[in-house]
Amino acid sequence: MKTDWRERRHRWDIRYAPYAYIAPYFLLFAVFGLFPLLYTGWVSMQDRNLLDGDAATFIGVDNYVQLLTADPYFWNAMGNTLSLWLLTTVPQILFALGIAQLLNRRLRGRTFFRMGVLLPNITSVAAVTIIFAQLFGRDFGLINWVLDLFGAGRIDWQAGTGSSHTAIAAMVVWRWTGYHALIFLASMQAIPTSVYEAARLDGASAWQQFWRITVPMLRPQIIFSTVIATAGNMRLLAEPLLFNPGAAAATGGSDRQFQTAALYLYEQGFAKFDFGYASAIAWLLLIATVAITGLSYLAARRIRTD
Amino acid sequence: MTSVLDRPAPAARPPARRGRGAVRLPGPWTYAALIAVLAGSAFPVYWSLVVSSQTPDKVDSVPPVLVPGGNLFANISRVFDQSDFALAMMNSLIVAGTITVSVVFFSTLAGFAFAKLKFRGRSALMLLVVATQAVPTELGVIPLYMMMSDFGWAGEIHAVIVPGLVTAFGVFFMRQYFERAVPDELLEAGRMDGCSSLRLYWNVVLPAARPAAAVLGLFTFMQAWNDFFWPLVVLTPENPTVQTALSTLASGYTTDYTLVLTAATIGTVPVLAVFLLFGRQIVGGIMQGALKG
Repeated sequence: MKTDWRERRHRWDIRYAPYAYIAPYFLLFAVFGLFPLLYTGWVSMQDRNLLDGDAATFIGVDNYVQLLTADPYFWNAMGNTLSLWLLTTVPQILFALGIAQLLNRRLRGRTFFRMGVLLPNITSVAAVTIIFAQLFGRDFGLINWVLDLFGAGRIDWQAGTGSSHTAIAAMVVWRWTGYHALIFLASMQAIPTSVYEAARLDGASAWQQFWRITVPMLRPQIIFSTVIATAGNMRLLAEPLLFNPGAAAATGGSDRQFQTAALYLYEQGFAKFDFGYASAIAWLLLIATVAITGLSYLAARRIRTD
Repeated sequence: MTSVLDRPAPAARPPARRGRGAVRLPGPWTYAALIAVLAGSAFPVYWSLVVSSQTPDKVDSVPPVLVPGGNLFANISRVFDQSDFALAMMNSLIVAGTITVSVVFFSTLAGFAFAKLKFRGRSALMLLVVATQAVPTELGVIPLYMMMSDFGWAGEIHAVIVPGLVTAFGVFFMRQYFERAVPDELLEAGRMDGCSSLRLYWNVVLPAARPAAAVLGLFTFMQAWNDFFWPLVVLTPENPTVQTALSTLASGYTTDYTLVLTAATIGTVPVLAVFLLFGRQIVGGIMQGALKG
């Protein structure tokens, strides 16, 4: 009798225990990850504003029609998102390649240098943005002081579209370049030296070796980094929000010159409490992100591998 | 790494070092360039410390002060007197601590099942985990906020904790580790001795998981500590985390930068401490391509 019970328990254990071990992940993700994302699609087809007493009326695609045909702020935000995506992603990858190349030598104090380039990545986006906002200050910012020193004049970084995008891109690039550099470094170390030796015998310069050997060999990591960076940079919110703290933070500048799509979502959802409209922005941003990520994947894949 | 170290001494090689490509010896210019990169990396953090150790009037001076002053402790006590920063620190510790323990526990459990146990639908379910990594769940903030309001959790820190209790990345990361690090023979031997799978998990798998679980834990702690968007949405200024308290401090009518940057410096100390103690492991984790941002 006793062995029979044990035997049954053992069979149960083999058959069902694995499901119990993976269940917490799937349950929690379904409830707090997947369900809200899908439900966003439903809310986006409603006229649902908390300020109207939480009444929810089904209105079909009206929110989308409004956004796409009659909302200049939405297109402004999408334009800013694309501009910032370009200004952050490309320099991030290029600088990271250069830094990885520097780190890929037999350095003394290797760990020290590697930790040093990663330092920006561990600081919080809130702290970084507040520090940079101070550095980019118009009247007493350090950067303007240096520009003045060289006779370049002061820039009101927040005021213009180009200048504010440059400042925000600087924060993102500063924070993420080291992370990508370490990913590239790991793969650089796996490239056999014999490849370089052969190239050197053929008379290839260091520059040619870098572009003809190193970069093509790193193609999978460059694709990975481009995709990760694109997915992150299409959703910038904290940087433009905190670059201009204060009552009107959600508009991304006095003239919405640095309001990103994610920030516009935040403004509609949590400053104006228009949940239906904000959800439609969320879906459009999701679609745009998937499209741009796909395009940058294709672009990164075109790196030559002779 | 070893392949680099095991190579013969430089003297044994052709003398021409120029243009040797990837693993050439570093010259003074390499060090100079790297030190410049490092200075750029560290400067904003250093600057934050400089400002937070000055009196408010010094910050608006031309030329700017570039070295730390003696006012750090006065500013620190001002931060704690003039804002809820003590509460924010406590909240952030609870949030990041709970999330870290939970993610490590559930990830090792699920990772063990996916790597070492056989069950129907295993590969399909694993594929689902990998696919969910790519899902940008923060775009679901509006319904998530509505749910939290319905539960009566809006403004409470469980609203920040509960959605963070598991991550697809953690499950994936631990599965990869277990596949290589725990030999099947060891588990079979345990089975022969009549261990249930839960005992195997507890006595064999979990001890073997220690190095990877530590890296996952460090990384999870940092991300949870630094998280900004969701806490900003769901919490109120009266019950903040460190990051939302920073944004409240920065959005005052006139910004007192010594105060704000002192708070930013204090809020960076816990992750900086973790980084200084375990930076080698964190760098190693990223270089294995295993940790994503």
